[in-house]
Amino acid sequence: MHELTQSDIVENLFVFVLASFLGLELIRGVSRLLHTPLMSLTNAISSIAIVGSLLITGRGLSSTTTLLGAAAICCSAINAIGGFMITERILRMFKRRDDGGAARGGH
Amino acid sequence: MGAQYVYLASAALFILSIKWMGQVRSSRRGNWAGSLAMILAVAGTLFSGHFTIQSYGWIVGAVAIGAVVGIPMAVLMPMTAVPQRTALSHAFGGLAAGLVGTAEYLQNAPHIPKFVMGALSAEMLLGYLTFTGSLLAFGKLQEIIPTRPIIYPGRNAVTLGTLVLAIATAVYLTINPGQPVALYVLMAAALGFGVLLVMPIGGADMPTVIAILNSYAGLSAAAMGFVLNNKLLIIAGALDGSSGLILSILMCKAMNRSFANVLFGGVGQVLTKGPSAAGPAKEVKAYTVEDAVTMLEDARLVIVVPGYGMAVAQAQHAVKELAAALESRGTDVKFAIHPVAGRMPGHMNVLLAEADVSYDNLLELEHVNPLFPEADMAIVLGANDVVNPAARTKADSPLFGMPILDVDKARTVMVIKRSMNPGFAGIDNDLFYLENTMMVFGDAKKVMTEIVADFKRINA
Repeated sequence: MHELTQSDIVENLFVFVLASFLGLELIRGVSRLLHTPLMSLTNAISSIAIVGSLLITGRGLSSTTTLLGAAAICCSAINAIGGFMITERILRMFKRRDDGGAARGGH
Repeated sequence: MGAQYVYLASAALFILSIKWMGQVRSSRRGNWAGSLAMILAVAGTLFSGHFTIQSYGWIVGAVAIGAVVGIPMAVLMPMTAVPQRTALSHAFGGLAAGLVGTAEYLQNAPHIPKFVMGALSAEMLLGYLTFTGSLLAFGKLQEIIPTRPIIYPGRNAVTLGTLVLAIATAVYLTINPGQPVALYVLMAAALGFGVLLVMPIGGADMPTVIAILNSYAGLSAAAMGFVLNNKLLIIAGALDGSSGLILSILMCKAMNRSFANVLFGGVGQVLTKGPSAAGPAKEVKAYTVEDAVTMLEDARLVIVVPGYGMAVAQAQHAVKELAAALESRGTDVKFAIHPVAGRMPGHMNVLLAEADVSYDNLLELEHVNPLFPEADMAIVLGANDVVNPAARTKADSPLFGMPILDVDKARTVMVIKRSMNPGFAGIDNDLFYLENTMMVFGDAKKVMTEIVADFKRINA
């Protein structure tokens, strides 16, 4: 495992702090109406951890790490695929009286 | 270098995704942006040539299993089960992060630089505690295990002790990465802490707990980003972490309680009766469905207050029918949504949206409270603590100071309730004994359906 340089570490910390503040601002702007789909969306987004599991599984080094990695891919894939699908399902239900007919293609 | 540009696009799309989720109009675009970002992230990892990917077999197999499990869950799950599913997916997210951390450690120990080992420890700690904590939350929401707080003497000392052990082991491992025994102690302590953390938390506090676990799942992904020196993981994880943080703060504020009180207060246990319980037995006035319909006949403004009881009874469609019947006679019908009604943030909005209630009729606490004095009828359907006037009036009540829906200010309050059992906080509700309150006992869905039928028959 390669040593990270001091500047790598500092850069990453900068990115983390900035992204956190950006996240706080953006989430504050989300209507309370949508907190459930927001949570299922962010949950799907947290399956970004799949990148790490792909890397460790793809290296195909020892059977133990490959198995652990594959199990992690499985978990993340359930979250990613299921998460975006369920969010879409929830969001489709939100309608206003006046656009209700149009959204479902007439009566 | 190609992968980095793909990751950059992916990170930008994740940010847009959350921004667009802010409003109903753009929310579906937000979800699509998020999906595209995820596809880019996976494609950039596998096909950019930047990383060594030697064996695709395991990857394809694992993704296929994920799809086989994930798609039916997403398609078939009833909307009332959204909180359980969310808890379960936090468990998967935490487990994934934890497993990757363990695999990275086994692969590279003892040649792991200190900073990386520190991030790796944080990733495993957060990942594994999220895994067991969320599994337990799932069990409680699905009622596989009792939803009431499971408490025992000295529980806070045991819980905090386990956390201290986990953190101390993480620090030790960071300094001495070549000690696999410490890895297993860390894993066990983190797994144990997740269980201990959620066990004493009652059903009514689940919205806060789910939000906190959401935050931890994100932070464990961000920690993985530090391990792999991958900025995309850091950004996506940080967005997720801040989302869970904000939601849990909102939930705490809506209950006028602190994090510490939610996590360590054991609220929801059977409370020792206060002095008021010793007083003379108070009486409630029970009414029939016919009485309820008579009262609704002349109402001009009706405000419905849904709670977890509506979800349990699956009464949302019957409520929508009543609203439609009332509206067809010119009655104005609004829905009052308390932030902690239900078992997760926004739970009631989703159920009512499922029943085709127009979302501009779903009003938040501060917008609906001024309307109650003008309302002819407030219908409390499966809600309890969020409408207890003791929160405004009784300084010795555990609910005191919690922002509530002022249903007692409506001309008449109809409370539909299965029995006189107290709410999840175990606190008696003064609302039931008020002069202008009528209690209709029965299953929420059954009572609603009968009211609708009676109302339609009279107005046919």
